[in-house]
Amino acid sequence: MSSNIKVITMPKWGLTMKEGSVGDWLIEEGITVDSGMEVVEVETDKITSAVEVSDSGILRRTVAVSGETLPVGALLGVITEEEVSDEELDDFIQKFQDNFVPEEDSEEDSAPKTETVQIGELTLNFLRQGDAEKAAFLLHGFGGDLNNWLFNHQALISNRTVITIDLPGHGSSSKDVGNGSFGFMAETILQFMKELDIMEADWVGHSMGGAIALQLAKSHPEMVRSLTLIGSAGLGEEINGDYLRGFTQSQSRRELKPFVQQLFKDSSLVTRQLVEDLLKFKRIDGVQVCLQTIMDCFIDGDKQVEILTNVLESQDIPALVIWGKEDRILPVDHAGSLPNQVQVKILEDGGHMVQMENASEVNRIINKFWEI
Amino acid sequence: MARNITIREAIREAFDQEMERDSTVILMGEDIVGGAGSPGEDDAWGGVMGIHKGLFGKYGKRMLDTPLSESAYIGAAIGAAACGMRPVAELMFIDFLGVCFDQIFNQAAKFRYMFGGKAETPVVIRTMYGAGISAASQHSQTLTPIFTHIPGIKVVCPSTPYDAKGLMIQSIRDNDPVIFCEHKNIYDFSGDVPTESYTIPFAEANILREGSDVTIVSYGLMVHRAVEAANQLAKDGIECEVIDLRTLSPIDMETVIESVENTGKLVVVDEANPRCSIASDISATVAQQAFNDLKAPIEMVTPPHTPVPFSPDLESFYLPSSEKIVKSVQKTLIN
Amino acid sequence: MSDNALPLSKDKLLRAYRMMKTIREFEERVHVEFATGDLPGFVHLYAGEEAAGAGIMMHLRQEDYISSTHRGHGHCIAKGVDVKGMVAELYGRSSGTCHGKGGSMHIADLDMGMMGANGILGAGAPLACGAALASKYKKDGSVGISFLGDGASNAGNFLESLNLAAVWDLPVIFVVENNGYAQATSRDYAVAVDSYVDRALGFGMPGVTVDGTDFFAVYEASGEIISRARDGGGPSLLECNMIRFYGHFEGDAQTYRGSDEVEKIRKNRDCLKKFVQQVTQTDALNKSDLDGIDQEISVLINEAFDEAQKAPRPTETDLLSDVYINY
Repeated sequence: MSSNIKVITMPKWGLTMKEGSVGDWLIEEGITVDSGMEVVEVETDKITSAVEVSDSGILRRTVAVSGETLPVGALLGVITEEEVSDEELDDFIQKFQDNFVPEEDSEEDSAPKTETVQIGELTLNFLRQGDAEKAAFLLHGFGGDLNNWLFNHQALISNRTVITIDLPGHGSSSKDVGNGSFGFMAETILQFMKELDIMEADWVGHSMGGAIALQLAKSHPEMVRSLTLIGSAGLGEEINGDYLRGFTQSQSRRELKPFVQQLFKDSSLVTRQLVEDLLKFKRIDGVQVCLQTIMDCFIDGDKQVEILTNVLESQDIPALVIWGKEDRILPVDHAGSLPNQVQVKILEDGGHMVQMENASEVNRIINKFWEI
Repeated sequence: MARNITIREAIREAFDQEMERDSTVILMGEDIVGGAGSPGEDDAWGGVMGIHKGLFGKYGKRMLDTPLSESAYIGAAIGAAACGMRPVAELMFIDFLGVCFDQIFNQAAKFRYMFGGKAETPVVIRTMYGAGISAASQHSQTLTPIFTHIPGIKVVCPSTPYDAKGLMIQSIRDNDPVIFCEHKNIYDFSGDVPTESYTIPFAEANILREGSDVTIVSYGLMVHRAVEAANQLAKDGIECEVIDLRTLSPIDMETVIESVENTGKLVVVDEANPRCSIASDISATVAQQAFNDLKAPIEMVTPPHTPVPFSPDLESFYLPSSEKIVKSVQKTLIN
Repeated sequence: MSDNALPLSKDKLLRAYRMMKTIREFEERVHVEFATGDLPGFVHLYAGEEAAGAGIMMHLRQEDYISSTHRGHGHCIAKGVDVKGMVAELYGRSSGTCHGKGGSMHIADLDMGMMGANGILGAGAPLACGAALASKYKKDGSVGISFLGDGASNAGNFLESLNLAAVWDLPVIFVVENNGYAQATSRDYAVAVDSYVDRALGFGMPGVTVDGTDFFAVYEASGEIISRARDGGGPSLLECNMIRFYGHFEGDAQTYRGSDEVEKIRKNRDCLKKFVQQVTQTDALNKSDLDGIDQEISVLINEAFDEAQKAPRPTETDLLSDVYINY
């Protein structure tokens, strides 16, 4: 009976999300939806985005009301095939609501937990999800952390065991970046792979993370099954140096916000909480020095110091490059002058943080790329 | 990595991390260790509220129990600071400031200025304030405005564990004398706090809740009352912006003014008595700098001009509450 | 080691003389200039008390700290604070030791270990305890000296500090400069005990009484207790019985003193005269040594006042500076 009824529930975006505030419904009741379509806007204290459905059918009921705040896992709406009657639907919804236990009230803690590993003097914090045979590593960019991938974790685990790392100097990893070079980062990650007994993986790098992935491919091509580079550093000279400097040197909310807004196409996505969280990160002992040290190696004025495009030429590694057309940090042009064998996807509607703002599309592209 | 700890634990962690990092940091106060000279346990109390508990084993001589001589030991902390140490001295109850105030306001506060910019007095004097446990009139006051009035000292007042740890670390590292005020009723409040050391700059208020209908400004325990009131009002569709000042001197008036420019209405909640208080200071400044943005008279929610009473019934009449804040907010919305 | 009958070498004797004579000439000149009305505020003169300050300060190093009283010029000079800066400070000029921000009662130079003259009597006692406490952690053998008068000796700050110093075993010396008067009130009236040694013992530390007008007596007694403190022997109290030539403040008619009291003490209890007598009689120093120093000091004082009177005045920007290190 109810196998025809599919639920849309409040997603869990990132590890700390407990509830979300329902925004506008993007699709009306009665409309047919396809898997992957965005149906309703949700705002959390960290980010605003849209929930996409993983099933096809008719959106029979929009249960959640705009303006409501609901916990993770709560019922938002219901999709079914036409045959199911209204009574059956009501019954189903009632049963769901009766049995629903919000995550924080439930006995078991089903939220995925981060783990740490010791690499020499460094502690690396990471999240490992999925149990596929092949592994994939997701590397965030300058000033970011593993939560930059919060809209991508779940979608990618169907094909891979997905491992997201807090790079050295970032997130909850040790605030030590050695000499600040991509080489240091790559070496540390290499040690990390060995700790996890992983000999080969698919690499997904965003921004500076892309340059680190390229560095790894340069020094240890045997460990790289494929490269996915998103708004990546290392593929051209130009970079928005003012952004990097502004981000690093800002000491207050007021100073930092306009820089963070440059990361997104829709700057209204930059909530107070997002800026607050970045400030909290920057204020941890050692972070300022780490960011400055990396920046000193990374850029010179408005130019990137290390260009790694030739890695894509000389290596026989499948490569995919994704870029937002409206990227204000690294120009989309860098995706235009790459070797022929590299797959390139430009997102017309994307800024620098495409993996967040255009998550569903990016996830689809990557999953497809990995299936090949 | 953040985890959920109490304000008490957060302050203790700040001490531990700073004392480990900097050997000139020393702690002193009455019974901060407890058991000095007596046959029972070492570290018997760890401070009257247990904040220092567990540190003595690690830091030994850098933690000093003091005789009941505020003037002498607060003065000694100040003198030691002028000579290169970074003492954190406890004035157990803010109500005791009378017996040592000269050392604070005539000595520490004025060294840098009077000595033509040569002195550095990096002392932190931490003190408990606030009512609500029937500790009566001599152990329940909020004398924060007496400190903020004095040029040359800084005054800090956290309301959450994250703020308590970051502001304590900032206070210890700051080279000016700092009065660090802790509400005696919030040591068990918990929240997410990173394990690493971090700082929070002074003069940065925190916006706990955004809203465009009215601005509520407060500090310390009253911030929590303001949040309760805001949640209550939200049910009626009234969205309050709640601002936690975090530091009282220097004070972040920019955030307050910006907010009032947006909402047009201001409610200030202050547990200090109303004459010459921080509430009246903020109200006057906003009236001066944002007069044309105000759409209603400023409301202040404070106790009356009385000492703090003993009886729990009387104390609950005395203290600002979330209900009183709600009423004041509604008053600003009458037009 | 001294090669004369006195316990100090010739160099040290010259240094001691220079110290005391500079103080005397400084104070006498302030007395004259103050009467013209050109010096703002209040001054409290140390003239007549030089031997006490010098006798103690001869044992101190730059890293030892002293806290002083409202009557601080002598302590400042003896501790090595720049004389010209001091005069400019008295005139409220921006070239003053405290850039004109402190004045006579708050002259300080922490680099020289001078924690400030203090307008609050007794307030220096806890501060000196603090310096001594810091010394215990620094382990550099330094000491703290708290100077206070017979008036301040009754203040809570002082009495609490005696106990604290004894409980914590601090290398601090409390020096009670008993000149017999707390403003216009005599010590005999205001202090219940006959000797401050009783107070010291009452609070758990040793005490010594010396004639504060005898440089050598002060030097010997303070030397012993300062050494003991440096070696970890804890606090002591030194009572220096002495006299002040001038009033509590300049302008004080001193009507509370006997009719020829000041004249008599200038004649019979002038510590400088006593010192000169003692050094010349034993041939430790000769008159020409002393005259040479007198000459240099005279030049120094004249220059100091000339320069100060022409020195730049602070501006409105200076008013707002140095309240905090950063705000």
